[in-house]
Amino acid sequence: MVTKLNTPLKEEDVRKLAIGDVVEITGTIVTARDAAHKFMVETGKAPVDLNGGVIYHCGPIVKDMAVVSAGPTTSSRIEAYQDKVVEQFGVRAIIGKGGMGEKTLSALKRFGCVYLSAVGGAGALLAKRVEKIEAVYMLEEFGAPEAFWVFKVKDFPAIVTMDSHGRSLHKIVEEKTLAQQL
Amino acid sequence: MVAMGIVADIVELYRRAACDLPPDVAESLLRAEREEEGTAKACMGMILENIKIAREERRPICQDTGTPIFWVERPEGMSERAITDAIIGATKKATEEVPLRPNSVNPVTGKNSKNNIGEGVPLITFTEVGKDMPLKISLLLKGGGSENVGLTYKLPSDFGERDIEGVKRCVINAVRRAQGNGCPPGIVGVAFGSPKALVANAALKQFLRRLDDRNPDPVLGNLESDLEKELNLIGIGPMGFGGKSTVLGVKVAAVSRHPASFFVEVAYNCWALRRATVTFTESGVVYGY
Repeated sequence: MVTKLNTPLKEEDVRKLAIGDVVEITGTIVTARDAAHKFMVETGKAPVDLNGGVIYHCGPIVKDMAVVSAGPTTSSRIEAYQDKVVEQFGVRAIIGKGGMGEKTLSALKRFGCVYLSAVGGAGALLAKRVEKIEAVYMLEEFGAPEAFWVFKVKDFPAIVTMDSHGRSLHKIVEEKTLAQQL
Repeated sequence: MVAMGIVADIVELYRRAACDLPPDVAESLLRAEREEEGTAKACMGMILENIKIAREERRPICQDTGTPIFWVERPEGMSERAITDAIIGATKKATEEVPLRPNSVNPVTGKNSKNNIGEGVPLITFTEVGKDMPLKISLLLKGGGSENVGLTYKLPSDFGERDIEGVKRCVINAVRRAQGNGCPPGIVGVAFGSPKALVANAALKQFLRRLDDRNPDPVLGNLESDLEKELNLIGIGPMGFGGKSTVLGVKVAAVSRHPASFFVEVAYNCWALRRATVTFTESGVVYGY
C-alpha cells in the first residue's frame, strides 16, 4: 500500500507515518546537501519557504534546466546540521539515503518530521518523477551538485525509514548486523 | 596517429558506462530481487526499473556519474600523451553531452571545475602491450558514496594476523561498517600487500573483473567465494533495509609486500558498477564491458 502525500505537509499526516511505509510525494521538494545545510544554519536563512516543506539530499544532473538524473546522496554527512534545519525552518520530511543519527532522530520526534529513503542509484527513475525545475539558488557559489534546486514532483517514491515516534530502520538493521560475532 | 581520432569513441564509452549497466551486473541484480521480500524487494524492484529506464532513454543510471578512472593498454610506439589528450578532450565533451555531473572540486578553493578535469583527474593508468596488439581503453565511473565507505587496514591488529583469516576479518568489518551507505548490494574489491598506493590501485582494478570471474589462485579464489557467502549472511540487504543480498561479488588480488608491511585495502562499489571498454581493432571499434 502506498501513502500519497501532498506538499506542504501537515504535522498530523507526518505523525501517522511509520517505518516501512511506502509513500509518494506530489508537490515541491528542495535539494540541499552539505554546503546548503551549512549555509542555512550559519545564516539562519533559506532561499525558499521550507515550512511544511521537503528537503532532498540530492545533487542532480541538470541539462538545459531539465533534470536528467536525480537520486539521493548519503545523508550521514548532513547529520551535524539537520536537527537545526528541521527546528528552525519547519521542515516536515527529509529524503536521502543511508539514514541519519540520533540527533536527527530526536528532532524528528520533537518537531514532527520524517526521514524517507529514496533508492540509492535510482537516478534515472527518480528524475522522471520531477516534472520541472521551479528555481535554483546558489548555483554559482556552490556548484551544481550542492545548489538548492526547487523541484516540482509527481508521485516521487520513497520509504519511511525513520519516523516521528523515535523508530529507525537503519538503527534496527545496524544493531542486528553489528552485534554478531565474526 | 590513432589517438587523434578517438575522442568521439571515448565520449561514447562514457555514455555506455554511465547509462548501460553491464549485463553480468544486471543479471545478478535480477537474481537478488527474486530472493528478497518486503521493503528489500520493493527496493530491488526500483533498481531494476531504473536500469531499464537508463538503458532505454540513455540517461545516467545514477546522478553521481562518479570519478572517471581509466586503464589503457597502449600498443608499443603509440604516444601516451596523445591518448591522454584525447581522454581529457572526451571528458569535457562527455560532461556536456551525456551529460555527466561535474564532479571535480579543487580541495583547496572548493571550486568545481565544471568539466570533470582537475589535478590528477581523470586517473589514467597505462600498460604497454605489443606493437600488433590493439589499443584498449577500460573506464570505471566510481561513485563517491561507495568510495567513502572503503577502508584501509594494517595487519597485525585486533582483526587478526598477517594471513588469509586476517584479510577476511578486515573485509567483513568494512562491509559491516558500511551498512547501507555504499548502496548495497555492492561489489567488494580487495587487495593486500604493500605499499599502500600499490594495494589501493590493485583493489580498484578488481572492479573491471566480471562478476562470474574467480581468481585462478586457489587460495584467493576460495577467499572470494567464502567471503561472498559470509557477507550475504550478515543481513544488511539492499540499501541497508535488511535482507539477503548484501554483496553481488567479492574480487581479491594480492601484491608483493615489504617484509615490515601488510595492508588490506577494501574498496566498495555500489550496485551500479559502471564499467565499459572500447577496443580499436583493425576491423573497427568494439565496445564491451
